Amino acid sequence: MTAKPETAGGDEALFEYLLRLGDNALILGQRLGEWVSNGPTVELDIALGNQSLDLIGQARMLFDYAGRVEGKGRSEDDIAFLRDVLDFRNVLLVEQPNGDFGQTVIRQFLYGTYASALYERLSGSTDNELAGIAQKAVKEMAYHARHSGEWVVRLGDGTEESHGRVQAGLDFLWPYAHELFIADDIDRTMAERGIGIDPSDLKDDWLEVVTGVIGRATLTLPETNWVPDGGKQGRHTENLGYILSDLQFMQRAYPGAEW
Amino acid sequence: MSTNKEWPLYEVFIRSKQGLAHQHAGSLHAADAQMAVENARDVYTRRGEGLSIWVVPAAEITASSPDDKEVMFDPADSKVYRHPTFYDVPDEVECL
Repeated sequence: MTAKPETAGGDEALFEYLLRLGDNALILGQRLGEWVSNGPTVELDIALGNQSLDLIGQARMLFDYAGRVEGKGRSEDDIAFLRDVLDFRNVLLVEQPNGDFGQTVIRQFLYGTYASALYERLSGSTDNELAGIAQKAVKEMAYHARHSGEWVVRLGDGTEESHGRVQAGLDFLWPYAHELFIADDIDRTMAERGIGIDPSDLKDDWLEVVTGVIGRATLTLPETNWVPDGGKQGRHTENLGYILSDLQFMQRAYPGAEW
Repeated sequence: MSTNKEWPLYEVFIRSKQGLAHQHAGSLHAADAQMAVENARDVYTRRGEGLSIWVVPAAEITASSPDDKEVMFDPADSKVYRHPTFYDVPDEVECL
């Protein structure tokens, strides 16, 4: 889909922007859902399930609104279950594998710290509906950031094994985090209209928080110049297809099924 | 996690929206008190039950012994005069 803001029959830039927000939430929520029944302890199993449902709740609100903005009669379910890989607009970070608990916690920390700052800013959006969604989401994401951040410190500053595992998770995921802050035309258009923000504005504060926690966790930020991106434009890693085959199986096999 | 070391047990107390006092909600395992609060939040308040959480290491609770049950509690059984049932409540009193 090419970006043509404010064309007739729907606000394409806003639609695209809402899809990006919603797809990040849906795909990360689906990833966390994979932990259910496999958590390291029963308490963490529930905690990961709760966070998954927070994210899927955000996705539902964003897709419902996106469907109305698009104006083609698509429901939240149509948008979640009936698009294929190239139509998804999530960043590459959220589709990366869970790995072990250390890797999952790193991913949640990197994304949660970003998302809580993002939704805090979007709470003041000139778009009242998006502002309302953001005001709910900011509390959820602030908790995810805190919960995962504490686990990063516990594991990083824990045993030799936990330190090694969480460092490996950080090494693997760190390159993918930068895409969160790369602005494109859609972001800039939304920022100019006061609806969204330019994500590159968030990077300094994010880096300060992340560096602080990484330091307390006695972990080391990897040095790499590799910055994979493209998820926001629909170019994904191989992971997304597998995620969608789990996520969408029921609606693909039994179209329109309800219970 | 590969370690099987048991985390200590914490007792969880929740104060609900209507309640004035914290009430015992259950118990859970956690490595430290902060983790216990967060685990309690996820396990016991996810349906909107709580406004405040206390966690207490179960090992810190001093309990009466089950063996003392008769000595401790039976003497209260025969003291009917301690129940406020021997006077009439005037009709005008509503909030009792």
